[in-house]
Amino acid sequence: MPGPGVAAYLILSVILFATGAFGVLIRRSPLIVLLALEIMLNAGNLALIAFARQTGTGAGQIFALTVMVVAAAEAVVGLGLIVAVSRRHMDLDVDKLTTLRG
Amino acid sequence: MEDFLVWVVWIVAALSLLTSGIAVVLFQNPFYSALALIGNLASLAVLYLLLAAEFVAAAQVLVYAGAVVVMFLFVIAYLGGRADAPWAGTPSLQSLAAIVAAAAIAVEIVVVIALKAGDELSSPAQVEDSFGSPAEIGRLFLGDHLLAFEVTSIVLLVAAVGGVILGSAVPKEKRS
Repeated sequence: MPGPGVAAYLILSVILFATGAFGVLIRRSPLIVLLALEIMLNAGNLALIAFARQTGTGAGQIFALTVMVVAAAEAVVGLGLIVAVSRRHMDLDVDKLTTLRG
Repeated sequence: MEDFLVWVVWIVAALSLLTSGIAVVLFQNPFYSALALIGNLASLAVLYLLLAAEFVAAAQVLVYAGAVVVMFLFVIAYLGGRADAPWAGTPSLQSLAAIVAAAAIAVEIVVVIALKAGDELSSPAQVEDSFGSPAEIGRLFLGDHLLAFEVTSIVLLVAAVGGVILGSAVPKEKRS
């Protein structure tokens, strides 16, 4: 395997995951929260594919493809919820959508 | 020579990955955030190619940069100016806590990986040229992982139906 080892890819994946987590925590717009969630899922995918290359088994790549499908499904449902919220003329602000708070 | 070229490609892809990731989080306009996400996903696809995952790289560009981001852009355009989310003034206690939490997550992951797999990371396995090719992925999906393949199709169907229902429901107060 020419180039950097698996550890370099894992460090990259960790930094990317922390960036996404930071975005989910700090942003108020539900759209950008969804985009940051996609970043977190992709960071997980990068780690999966790095480990698949490390162990030489294809199962990690299959798992990454499955995660991709779940991410697409999550984006569909999340965007549907955002459109439904905006149709009820509520503020698009995750701090103000507190109807379900216990 | 090949090693040097791979390092150059890796460093360029890594820098573009991290800067576009930070750009997605920091842009005020969601439209620019979604565009930065395309750059993020493209640099990830380059890294997947370096990791001998050709099919996943192609699927990444087609499914993510092609389909998911376009859907995001449609919704952002539909919402128009309401989607904008400017920063809430001066840095608050909440943003400080978010930085601390994100840093804590990063440190935790590094510690766990170093403890559990630190010794095994130095010597990657030898793989054949067919590793990660479409033929190999297809054989795995329809052989060893057939159940995951079928469950995936049900997840997609449920998500599609849910998206239609969520998007088409009319608020109650308007109906009466």
